[in-house]
Amino acid sequence: MLYPLEARNPEVTREVNIVWTYLLKRLGFVIFVVWGVTLATFFIAQVVPGDPALSALGDNAREEQILEWRELKGLNEPVIVQYGIYFRGLLSGDLGTSLRTGRPIVQDLKDFFPGTLELALTSVIFAIVFGVPAGILAALYKDRWPDLLVRLLALLGGATPIYWLAILLLELLNNRLGWLPGPGRLDAYLIPPRAVTGMVGLDSLLARDFEVFVDSFRHLILPAIVLGAFNAALLARMTRSALLEVLGQDYVRTAKAKGVRSSTLIFRHALRNAALPILTVLGGLLGGLLSGAVLTETIFSWPGIGRYATQAATSLDFPAIMGVTLLAGLATSLINLGVDLLYAAADPRISYG
Amino acid sequence: MVETPKLEQKVRSEQARAVARLLRNPGLVTGAILILMTLLVALLAPFISRDPLFQDLSVRVQAPSSVHILGTDQLGRDVWARVAHGARISLWVGFAVTALSLGVGTFIGLMAGSFGKGIDNALMRLTDIFLAFPSLILAMAIAAALGSSVGNTILAVAVVSWPSYARLVRAQVLVLREREFVEAATALGSSRLRIALQHLLPNVLTPILIQASFDIGQAILIAAGLSFIGVGVQPPTPEWGAMVSETRNFISSAPWASSAPALAILFTVLGFNLLGDGLRDVLDPRARK
Repeated sequence: MLYPLEARNPEVTREVNIVWTYLLKRLGFVIFVVWGVTLATFFIAQVVPGDPALSALGDNAREEQILEWRELKGLNEPVIVQYGIYFRGLLSGDLGTSLRTGRPIVQDLKDFFPGTLELALTSVIFAIVFGVPAGILAALYKDRWPDLLVRLLALLGGATPIYWLAILLLELLNNRLGWLPGPGRLDAYLIPPRAVTGMVGLDSLLARDFEVFVDSFRHLILPAIVLGAFNAALLARMTRSALLEVLGQDYVRTAKAKGVRSSTLIFRHALRNAALPILTVLGGLLGGLLSGAVLTETIFSWPGIGRYATQAATSLDFPAIMGVTLLAGLATSLINLGVDLLYAAADPRISYG
Repeated sequence: MVETPKLEQKVRSEQARAVARLLRNPGLVTGAILILMTLLVALLAPFISRDPLFQDLSVRVQAPSSVHILGTDQLGRDVWARVAHGARISLWVGFAVTALSLGVGTFIGLMAGSFGKGIDNALMRLTDIFLAFPSLILAMAIAAALGSSVGNTILAVAVVSWPSYARLVRAQVLVLREREFVEAATALGSSRLRIALQHLLPNVLTPILIQASFDIGQAILIAAGLSFIGVGVQPPTPEWGAMVSETRNFISSAPWASSAPALAILFTVLGFNLLGDGLRDVLDPRARK
């Protein structure tokens, strides 16, 4: 697809080549980090005290059963060979079997990932919809009450344990006022839609089951607010400072002097230039979502990776914990790659060196 | 010889001005007051409160009163006593995690910045791998693997906290090592290790200090999160996160029991965040407008 351009314009070819080199470099980096992630999870699994054979077979296992299991799993081999076995398993999609659920971990992760994705995406939308306008307001009314309010909320948002926020909101909006449903994905009497994407909200829309859709949306509101609150606060703070910086620049003053209306000024000129720092923050937020999901999902009994991780950790289901950790490392690396690429695409000044 | 007193005077007035600037920053002062209060409560906990583990089932879920100023929990334990003793654990975790991760991260950052490309690459790629994990999930895995105790919680949180120092210090070193005083030291025959420790380290202390202030708060928040989930410090130890978890089902009948430790987390973390913000405003000349 790129060749016709090449024939016409050597300048463009060079640009395109630079972009491709950058892409390849980034991709190589991600592959390296992912490999490192597998190495790290493998070594954490090594320090786990106790005999994995015993935890897999139960305390009543006979001696020869244990020996056989160890031989089968390659536990008698040197560590480096064991890593080889582990890594080969990963490549073929084998993360082992969960001690708690008794199912292949890959299957568990596949089942629970859409739930987390649905929650995380909704929370990001919430954070953007509330955080960015709040930041704009704060910048426009600098040092007046909208600004002070946004700054106060941002400060509190950064220090509040989100599980306590969740407990309070549940008590108020569910238990006291009855406006929103309690923990869980759907009301018990509803039948979940056939899994297409695995995201209950989307699947119910696809199945045109609006009763389930409305209920799933109502269940989504509180966890999404809890997961997104801190991000909204951070986003507001960043939007504010990025906008204030841009508003202080000469071209904005020129535009103002020429009589450009302030709404045009904000949306046409300033916000566009403030977009990059906001994008950077957004990228950072996405990485933190998985950590937040652990706490949020645990409180809201949300069928996602986070709650799965908590259950695995508290029942000492190490293969499952390692599976989640690996997935989390992988997801974060890919998110970072995506943000980098978006960033490079958005800002012509970024060099691909 | 005549010059010296003048110079000393100048230095002293510089210091006085810096202190004055610190005191003029309202956020910093508020943060420092919050931290000092928590510190005082932690130090004096045994003298200003009862036994945090003592159960008196006859006074279960009592509202705050003159006897129990923050009320009692579902086992009739004094909430104020538990919050006050919890300050000891949370502050200890916060300081220990930060000391550990700051030490390791600064050392790695210094080495990466000082000893050529090979070492730099190896160390920074190692840092990248640790940065690839969501902090709470990696800490959870480590805490679960090691077993739950205060010491293991500290270790788990430190493992996820050191990379930010490594990056920060390396970035500073890369800039600093082009400066003339480093060139001079090199010309005088100082070894790289000596330059790193004697010349570079003192110059990166300010950004490290700012970062550390934020990190103590973050470490407290992550550690409390671990305990809330159940893989950190275990009940009945009065740890703030564990306390919120233990009392969450009594939010309707005894909102004070879970809110008191949660607010303690909030104000302590807020204190360290405000302190960090303030220090950055005052000490970092680039951020100062």
